[in-house]
Formats: sequence, structure tokens, C-alpha cells
Amino acid sequence: MSDLTELYQQVILDHNRRPRNRGKLPTANRVAHGDNPTCGDQCNVYLRLEGDRIAEISFDGSGCAISQASASLMTTQLKGKTAGEANKLYADFHEIVTSGREPEEISDLAAFAGVHAFPARIKCATLGWHAALEALKGEPHTTTTESHND
Amino acid sequence: MPSWSTVRNDFPALHQKVNGKPLVYLDNGATTHKPQVVIDALSHFYERDNSNVHRGLHALSMRATTAYEGARSRVARFINAAAPEEIIFTRGTTESINLVAASWGGANLKAGDVILLTEMEHHSNLVPWQLIAKRTGAKLRYLPVTGDEGLLDLAQLDRLLTPEVKLFAFTQLSNTLGTINPVAELCAKARAVGAVTVVDAAQSIGHMPVDVQALGCDFLAFSAHKMGGVTGIGALYGRRALLDAMPPWQGGGGMITNVDFFESRWKPSPERFEAGTPNFADAATLTATCDYLDGLGRGEIERHDKALGQLAYEKLREIPGIRLLGPKGERGGLVSFAFPDVHAHDIVTFADDDGIALRGGHHCNQPLMRKLGLTGTTRASFYVYNTPEEIDVLVASLRRIRKFFGSA
Repeated sequence: MSDLTELYQQVILDHNRRPRNRGKLPTANRVAHGDNPTCGDQCNVYLRLEGDRIAEISFDGSGCAISQASASLMTTQLKGKTAGEANKLYADFHEIVTSGREPEEISDLAAFAGVHAFPARIKCATLGWHAALEALKGEPHTTTTESHND
Repeated sequence: MPSWSTVRNDFPALHQKVNGKPLVYLDNGATTHKPQVVIDALSHFYERDNSNVHRGLHALSMRATTAYEGARSRVARFINAAAPEEIIFTRGTTESINLVAASWGGANLKAGDVILLTEMEHHSNLVPWQLIAKRTGAKLRYLPVTGDEGLLDLAQLDRLLTPEVKLFAFTQLSNTLGTINPVAELCAKARAVGAVTVVDAAQSIGHMPVDVQALGCDFLAFSAHKMGGVTGIGALYGRRALLDAMPPWQGGGGMITNVDFFESRWKPSPERFEAGTPNFADAATLTATCDYLDGLGRGEIERHDKALGQLAYEKLREIPGIRLLGPKGERGGLVSFAFPDVHAHDIVTFADDDGIALRGGHHCNQPLMRKLGLTGTTRASFYVYNTPEEIDVLVASLRRIRKFFGSA
């Protein structure tokens, strides 16, 4: 498989064409906005937390197929998770997109392993995650990819 | 007329494969490649003449000074400035505009004054004015762009160009739209209300004849690296009378006639505006850069680049669903486009797989993008070494991308 088809896997194309949990969440009690100033991509993540658990999650914004598919897939992975579990998932995801190594347990997140061959696109893949983690911290404010080490 | 097919041989970086395909370099709006004569000029300077300029009395310093000041004269001739003293070397267009904003703006703008800009300005001709407006209390005002066709709405100019306008800054050639603005007409109208003009020539300088006296501008800013020159060097042209009345914007060595513990006196332009050791090695290569472009003929370059821009516009128009930005008529050598369902960065990544270098995003034009309801566009920008065949490669690649994302 070429690097390109490895990057744009079917899972990613599918989430890009038919994003899950896209739109504002009227019941949200946490919101965060993510910006990638290099390319202008934007992503809002809306959470309804019940205690420490993500009861509902959605996103909106604009960006490339990688950033949109990543945010979409992320929402399916984070629903029902605690903040601790969400941080653990992000650590796994970060490892996948930066090293290309797939996790031991089977995970849809592995679809993003191809991103590692395109270093300029890693920030596209992590944009939604940064916004989600900011939202979990509880301070609704803008996060940018420039303040993170991917 | 230059033989365009052999011009490619002057640029060593073009002769390589990218992802197994011949490189098709269409990102010239960001930076152009360099002809061998320019690369050689830089090596030559470091191999023989390298020494700090102006203060030295030894042979190498004198050679370096001659090369540095020779380049200044050459640049003056390149844009038909009245004198070499009207050329200030800077890091590039951005620093040139910041110099005018900080020095001229700081000394001349006050609350109630208006800085007139256009909606198509690059961030480099926008943010410096925001900064100085905040410092001085001056207000910003914008001449609108007509929409996707990307022309300045000149019907509104008389209404906006009021006596409160002290400075009018605009681009000669839009990096996002390809629009070529009527610079001489805009300068004449600004002069009539007593406003100073600043022309951003970053995208035009290497692509068409630029004559500051014919244009009638007060300041003109450009970078070498977008005209086949090296990075890190550019120039500000300023009319002598204005420069002589402007305060320094940075202090240091080289720009003073006398320094006391509590005050100093300044040299005239250009030294007044070149504090510290200048980027003399890169500046020295501007002679070779200007010689190369004049050797091709700048009218010829203009015809060549515009023809490619027009051809690309016509061929891309045939792709279903494409949204083309910029004028339908006369345009510079670039084309900017968007698809409703494929993001610019996905296009750029795919095109790269075909060996094509494009640029995707907001092109440092965020306010304009917002106005047009876009998050970004993909841009193909041409230079002297590009060919009609490369446009065919681009079109084929774009059709493949549309197919992959399932939209055509």
C-alpha cells in the first residue's frame, strides 16, 4: 500500500464523508475551541459531563479530511469515558500518529497510523483531541495546536 | 524572446523526482527556485569577498562594500528609483512594511487619522498597520473586494479616500486572487488627498516590470526570494524626501554620525534605517538576481506568467464543481481554487504524491477568506520555468483527487 492510501484509509474517508456526532450539543456543559493557525482549521468540541464521565459529545468546525475524520472518530471513542480514560486514549492515539505503531488491542484509532509518514499532518489529526481535553479540564477557552507538542 | 524550454536548465532544483514523479513546482507565490547564477553569486561572495561592510579599510572589506553598495544601485536601477539612497535593505517585504509603519507611521499618524487598506491584503500588509493604529490612535479603513472575481471595488474609492486618509497601502498583485491592481491610478488618487502610498510588490516584483517613478508610489516593498533571489533579503523603496524626514526605527552601529552618552545624530538614508551589520552577503547576490531577470526580459516574463495563469484558469474551469477565485480577465501567473467537498490540505497532499508542489490554506489572507465564506483555497502559482504541460499534469491530478474523494 502506498503512503497515500495508508493515510487515507477507508475508515477515515468514511468518517470524513459521514461525520458522526457533528453539530452543536444543546445540553453541553463544557465547550472548547481548537485552532490550527498554520492552516486555519478549527474544531469545537461540546461535552455533557455527568460527574467525571462524558455522557454526550459532539464537534463542529472545518478542516481537512484528516482533522474532520479524527474528530468524528474521537467522539465515538470518548462517549462514556472518564477524563482519566480519555487522557489514556489520547496518549495511545498520539503514539499511533507519531510512530505509526498500532496498539496491541484492536482499535479504530489504528486507522490513523498512516499519518506518521506525513509529519505536517499530525496536527490535523490531533486538533479535535486537544479541544476535547481542554473541554474536560473545565475551562472553556481556545486551544491552539501551537501550544502543544502535537 | 527567451527560449522558455531552456530556462528550466538554469534552475538546478527543478531537476529532481518527488515521490517517483518529475517535480512540478507550482508554489512560486510562496518562494521561487533560484537560477545557478544566483547560487554561484552567493558561493562566490563567501569564497572570496566575505568581510564586514562599510567600516573596514582592508581589501576584503572594500570588496564586500563595493558588492553591497553595487547591489543597492542595481536594485535602484531595477525599479527605476531616482537614487540608490532610496533603497533600504531589509529582511523582506514584511520587514519593509513594518519599517514604514514604525518610522513614518510613528512620526506622522495621530488620533483621527485613517489608514486605508484593501480587503485583499496579505497579513504582512495588514498586521503592521493594526499595530501602529493601536499605538497612534489612527483608524483602519478598507477598500472592499467585489467577491469571487476578486477586484477592488473602485467605485467606492472616492467615498473612502477622504482627507483623513494619511496613508494608503495596497498590493500590486494579490497572492490569493491573482488580481493585478491599477497601482498608478490608486497612487494618483491618494496623492490628490495628500495620502502617502505603500505598495506591496512581493508578488509582482519578479513577474512584471516595476517602475516606481511611473507608478508614482511613495514606498514599495519586496522580497528577493520570490523573484529568483535568495531568502533573508529584500528592500524598501522610499521617496527621498520622505525618508530624509523619517526617524530611525532601530538603533545601533552603522546608522549614526555621532554618539554621545545621552544622544546621537543619524546618518541620512539608507544607513539611518540599516542599524547593525546588514545581511551583506545575501544583498550582494541581488545584482546577479536582477541581471538574470533583465536578461530574460521582464516584459517577456510578464507575458509568459500571465499566459500560464490564464491557461490554468481556462483548463481548471472544466473540472466539475470547482470554484475559481480571482479575475476572469487579466490575471497574474497564479490560480486559486476550492472544491465544496475536498479540503485544500487533502488536495495538496494528494498532488504531492504526483510530484506537484501546491499551496493550500488561507494564504495569510484570513479576513478575505472569511468574507468569501472559505476556510482556504488551493493555489498554483507559476514562474519563468513552468510549462503548459505542467498545467496538464495538475489538471489530471485534480481529477484523480476528485474521484478518490468520491465527488466526481
